[in-house]
Amino acid sequence: MAMSRAAAATGAVTRRRLGATAARSMASWFGHVEPAAKDPILGVTEAFLADPSPDKVNVGVGAYRDDNGKPVVLDCVREAERRITGNMNMEYLPMGGSIKMIEESLKLAYGEDSQFIKDKRIAAVQALSGTGACRLFADFQKRFLPDSHIYIPTPTWANHHNIWRDAQVPQRTFTYYHPESRGLDFSGLMDDIKNAPDGSFFLLHACAHNPTGVDPSEEQWREISHQFKVKNHFPFFDMAYQGFASGDPERDAKAIRIFLEDGHQIGCAQSYAKNMGLYGQRAGCLSILCDDEMQAVAVKSQLQQIARPMYSNPPVHGALIVSTILGDPELKTLWLKEVKGMADRIIGMRKALKQNLEKLGSPMSWEHITNQIGMFCYSGMTPEQVDRLTNEFHIYMTRNGRISMAGVTTGNVAYLANAIHECHAVII
Amino acid sequence: MMALAVDVSRFEGVPMAPPDPILGVSEAFKADKNDLKLNLGVGAYRTEELQPYVLNVVKKAETLMLEKGENKEYLPIEGLAAFNKATAELLFGADNPVLKQGRVATLQSLSGTGSLRLAAAFIQRYFPEAKVLISSPTWGNHKNIFNDARVPWSEYRYYDPKTVGLDFEGMIADIQAAPDGSFVLLHGCAHNPTGIDPTPEQWEKIADVIQEKKHMPFFDVAYQGFASGSLDEDASSVRLFVERGLEVFVAQSYSKNLGLYAERIGAINVVCSTPEVANRVKSQLKRLARPMYSNPPIHGARIVANVVGDPTMFGEWKQEMEEMAGRIKNVRQKLYDSLSAKDKSGKDWSFILRQIGMFSYTGLNKTQSDNMTDKWHIYMTKDGRISLAGLSLAKCEYLADAIIDSFHNGLGTAK
Repeated sequence: MAMSRAAAATGAVTRRRLGATAARSMASWFGHVEPAAKDPILGVTEAFLADPSPDKVNVGVGAYRDDNGKPVVLDCVREAERRITGNMNMEYLPMGGSIKMIEESLKLAYGEDSQFIKDKRIAAVQALSGTGACRLFADFQKRFLPDSHIYIPTPTWANHHNIWRDAQVPQRTFTYYHPESRGLDFSGLMDDIKNAPDGSFFLLHACAHNPTGVDPSEEQWREISHQFKVKNHFPFFDMAYQGFASGDPERDAKAIRIFLEDGHQIGCAQSYAKNMGLYGQRAGCLSILCDDEMQAVAVKSQLQQIARPMYSNPPVHGALIVSTILGDPELKTLWLKEVKGMADRIIGMRKALKQNLEKLGSPMSWEHITNQIGMFCYSGMTPEQVDRLTNEFHIYMTRNGRISMAGVTTGNVAYLANAIHECHAVII
Repeated sequence: MMALAVDVSRFEGVPMAPPDPILGVSEAFKADKNDLKLNLGVGAYRTEELQPYVLNVVKKAETLMLEKGENKEYLPIEGLAAFNKATAELLFGADNPVLKQGRVATLQSLSGTGSLRLAAAFIQRYFPEAKVLISSPTWGNHKNIFNDARVPWSEYRYYDPKTVGLDFEGMIADIQAAPDGSFVLLHGCAHNPTGIDPTPEQWEKIADVIQEKKHMPFFDVAYQGFASGSLDEDASSVRLFVERGLEVFVAQSYSKNLGLYAERIGAINVVCSTPEVANRVKSQLKRLARPMYSNPPIHGARIVANVVGDPTMFGEWKQEMEEMAGRIKNVRQKLYDSLSAKDKSGKDWSFILRQIGMFSYTGLNKTQSDNMTDKWHIYMTKDGRISLAGLSLAKCEYLADAIIDSFHNGLGTAK
């Protein structure tokens, strides 16, 4: 319907005048939208940043810091970036992501000479770091195994619950942490595995359990794997710390290799956030071991189908860094050295924290600090004790008592030990 | 030989997914060995030499970033603050009252797709009874996004095959007929796949009916700057709605206008009635993003923030964008000229000149499009859409021959 220009113009002016008042008097669509609670982990850093105290210590979020408390960009990463800057165009990656990055990731997780890789039995896609890999798997599980649940360890990384919930996969928990010993409740764990219905899906932390730092021993992993065989359970590994836990990527993949040897067909989420320091690049990989090549192709196509309406295809920059490093023998060697360096510093800080606490004459046992592995230490502190640590000592950590050892330095370890000691002294 | 722990794979019943209709085209193109082949499938900009193009400002920004040597820490869930500020200002205009009043919730997200998906997830959670109205036709992935987010949708008339133009009356009627409080998905500029945009007068009328029906306008802005060559002009439809005091959803992408396709950089913006509402909405969008990807990738965001934040680079960007848009306009003209000269049937091809942006809806149907591929090795999507970004002046005559042949004869060679 034709409208004269004059009429249109007048109408437009009238509407503009109305527009200004309309905003103020209009009822919002979003009246029923409540403010979301702060993320328990990321909210800690926000609070830390806002604190003006010079003594403040951030042992909250799991991002590696050097001994000066500074974020680190690995030399191998800087070199990789130098090589890729300006050289590559930014055309869309294939839907499943960078082929090279996927290849290298599979070698890391499944072994350089893995027969499964040679037989092309692994469906794998580049994913948005560990979160994205878990979410793709959860959505895949919902779509193709709609009656399945996911068994999640108690405790686990908080976002695991969010991921499977938003994917609408019902959750159950299984016993994991033993508060009294601050170690693994192995018999509880085995009972829950046995009692779960046959063919259940389990989320397992491949190494450096988050938040407890408590990992099964090799022997215990073998028993778990055996029981999984008996029960026909599906093992889904979240491996966010390969190389970062012991300093040796092969060693950190031991649990996965045991399961593969035992004939399990696994799923695996990998992240390069910590072990390559690529946090903000969101570089990761999701893989699922299938019967054969044809099935792997089909499964991969379905994973892509899930990714397409979520983000179309994954970001290239982080993937290029990963494939440049892992694909070049010299850079890979440098990376192995640097990741070991990070792991060694953490292991050193664990020893130092334990020694400091013992020196203070603490009557409690602090063995768990050095028994646990990876970035995190489950201190056993209560939420009230944590609050005291924060309010009195300006030490920031999550209220479940999880300490990010990456935030501990030679400069603050004594202060931290003293504060923890003080908080425990009151209870005793 | 490792013993299998399971007798039958759990994934036995997983079928092969169909090839993506858009991204699958490029894959088919790559496999074709014919010299004359032409890829008019996916909407990625090509130079006259049909090479991918990295904008000079992007190279500059990356070099600058390399020199600065910034760390790669996690961004907050909502993304890079400098990027969010820049992107909202680009979209709404730096002086827009809605920004000064703090009424816009902006989250960096994974390009256009990611922005749309976050919005869709939000709609599903907070407006579970509502429907999204999408244009017929629209970008194929829109349907996938709403399907996977479990948001019901229906179509409003848009494309008129008789005129190869806009079915404006049908569009208005369908928006009118929908239940009050529906979400109306609108392409801010350079409609994909048709290239057909409403006129400014038509936009006013669309806003009228949306306001009258208390619908929520939901813009997909994937081509700001790329359509006309002017960032402000291409944002005028969005700004028109905002000026009326409406609450609005807007998804943005920098894939095309900054050539950052693979970096996955975009934003979801929600214009709210008050700053307090905007805070709540933002917090809930964050809650949806956290279990999807935790926080967005940093690299593309830094590039945008650097380019937009530096007056010299910003000026250079505007110039490069004008050049890209200009090349497309030239190619449109040449294609039209070739078609008019070669086609003796008297068919009016001028619709090509009235369309705008990267794509042109040729009016070819599926059989005819197949003929384009099978006989002429020209790759396009089956809906008759060609990407002019993949067309060079040199290839216009060949393309014209193919289109004329397919349109009039429309029979593919038997495979």
